[in-house]
Amino acid sequence: MDFSAVTIEILVALLGLVLLVTGLLLPPDHKKANGYIAVVGLLGILAFSLSGDAGRSGTFLYGLYTLDSLSKYFKEIFMIAAILVILMSLSYTKRFREGKGEYFSILLFALLGMMVMVSSNDFITLYIGLELMTISFVILTAFDRSSLKSSEAGVKYVLLSAMSSAVLLYGLSIFYGLSGTTEYAGFITCLQSGGLGPALILAIVMVLAGFGFKISAVPFHMWSPDIYEGAPTPITAFLATGSKAAGFAVLIRLLLQVLPSQHVNFSGIIIMLAVLTIIVGNLIAIPQKNIKRMLAFSSIAHAGYILLGLVAFTGMGVGAMLYYIFIYIFANAGAFASVTALSNITGSDEIEDFGGMWKRSPLVTAVLMISLLSMAGIPPAAGFVGKFYLFASIIKEGYVWLALVAIGMSVVSLYYYVMVIRVMLTGQVKSDEPVTVPASLKTVMVVSSAATIFLGVYAGPLTSWTSSVASMFVK
Amino acid sequence: MITLQHYLILAAALFCIGLFGAVTKKNAIAVFMGIELMLNSVNINLVAFNRFLAPAKLTGHVFAIFIMVVAAAEVAVGLALIISIYRHRKSTAVDDLNLLKW
Repeated sequence: MDFSAVTIEILVALLGLVLLVTGLLLPPDHKKANGYIAVVGLLGILAFSLSGDAGRSGTFLYGLYTLDSLSKYFKEIFMIAAILVILMSLSYTKRFREGKGEYFSILLFALLGMMVMVSSNDFITLYIGLELMTISFVILTAFDRSSLKSSEAGVKYVLLSAMSSAVLLYGLSIFYGLSGTTEYAGFITCLQSGGLGPALILAIVMVLAGFGFKISAVPFHMWSPDIYEGAPTPITAFLATGSKAAGFAVLIRLLLQVLPSQHVNFSGIIIMLAVLTIIVGNLIAIPQKNIKRMLAFSSIAHAGYILLGLVAFTGMGVGAMLYYIFIYIFANAGAFASVTALSNITGSDEIEDFGGMWKRSPLVTAVLMISLLSMAGIPPAAGFVGKFYLFASIIKEGYVWLALVAIGMSVVSLYYYVMVIRVMLTGQVKSDEPVTVPASLKTVMVVSSAATIFLGVYAGPLTSWTSSVASMFVK
Repeated sequence: MITLQHYLILAAALFCIGLFGAVTKKNAIAVFMGIELMLNSVNINLVAFNRFLAPAKLTGHVFAIFIMVVAAAEVAVGLALIISIYRHRKSTAVDDLNLLKW
């Protein structure tokens, strides 16, 4: 058996287990060191993965597991997101009464679940990866046991995600019944023989509902504002970036690699999901008072934009999705790091508490401004380039009206992003206490806003990377 | 003679009952029981498909066992959370989970 295809996963699992042990061994006041071990370890694994020694492609366990350029790209994205989230968590974990050591270990297992999801080549493996990620996220969401909001968010997340995975599983069981196999390869062969009828469409709808929940597409989005608000802020950032990217990775693989022969049957559903998600996400973000909730609705809207790449259903569309997910991670990391910096001082996430922020901390103001402008799609931030690619890919396929809707709602989104910036610059100053930002948080903020600006000005290397990954989907 | 159709109808009915229970029940533990019904209907589906369509390989059985294991893990986490909520609120009703809204 060729283990080189799973080297990265083995290393992440080992790191998670090591952290579990060191978390117990470290003295109570120094549990934070666990976070540094996690960051250093993950940076090493990321460098190993980028250096290409981890194998370019291959399969494992009789084809149940596959390493290709798509899964490699997403694994590297997940690792970057995890590193940023761990750095954000370092100053946040002091709020937890207990389990400071285990926190980082569970975070790594969530990362492992995402990696298994994108690499799975079989429905059973896919489900195991999905649940490894989800259950880890439930624990992390409810981690702040001193906060009733956090426990409540955890209960809501576990109930709703269990329900969504039951729906997903029913769809998968129909897939199995139609083809007699759970492997993608065997299933594709079975689909080519054709004539599977309404049962297949029912199954596709159920699977789309299951993953629509993960990417928080409207109408499966109701969980995300509550969970985003209640969860510890770094975990919210990880949910908005990692978990969502994993959902999109699986959707890309399922729709473009496994089910492309059924495109005519599900293209209408994808268009409807994308339109609803963009419109509802942007409109409900406007009246929000809590910044985490506002960012939750904005992340719903972004899921809608990313879905446009699936509407296009071309290599170019996938390339645009990959690019957008990459820059979206940095924009979100910057925004949530700023929110963490403020709530470390005030303990509150209300937008009005950002009043006069530029006097208290120019850094927080600048980073939040860059991140929000990138999300709104204002050049030179990277969000502009990302949106440009996405909209261009659907216009090329003839969906001009859809691009107009998306551009229009993008203008609407500018309103609620600029509202936050306005409060920061001109709002009532709540307190003169300066906001001191810990070094780890500063690193996240500087790295993510530098990446946002850099990728917006000089997008070439990343786009050539994404288009080479997406070239496997050219029709 | 019990055919595949009988099992599938049973599973579909069970799934709908579970979904109904999960959506309408007020108690978080009852919601969990509804979800368990949904998951078990999937298991019936898988085992029946395996028995009638591809009896040579045990893929369906393996899938069903994985679902049981994962569901047990999910319920363990869920019940722990419900207990931690109950300690604060003295209630397991989902209507009382009202700190986070709009």
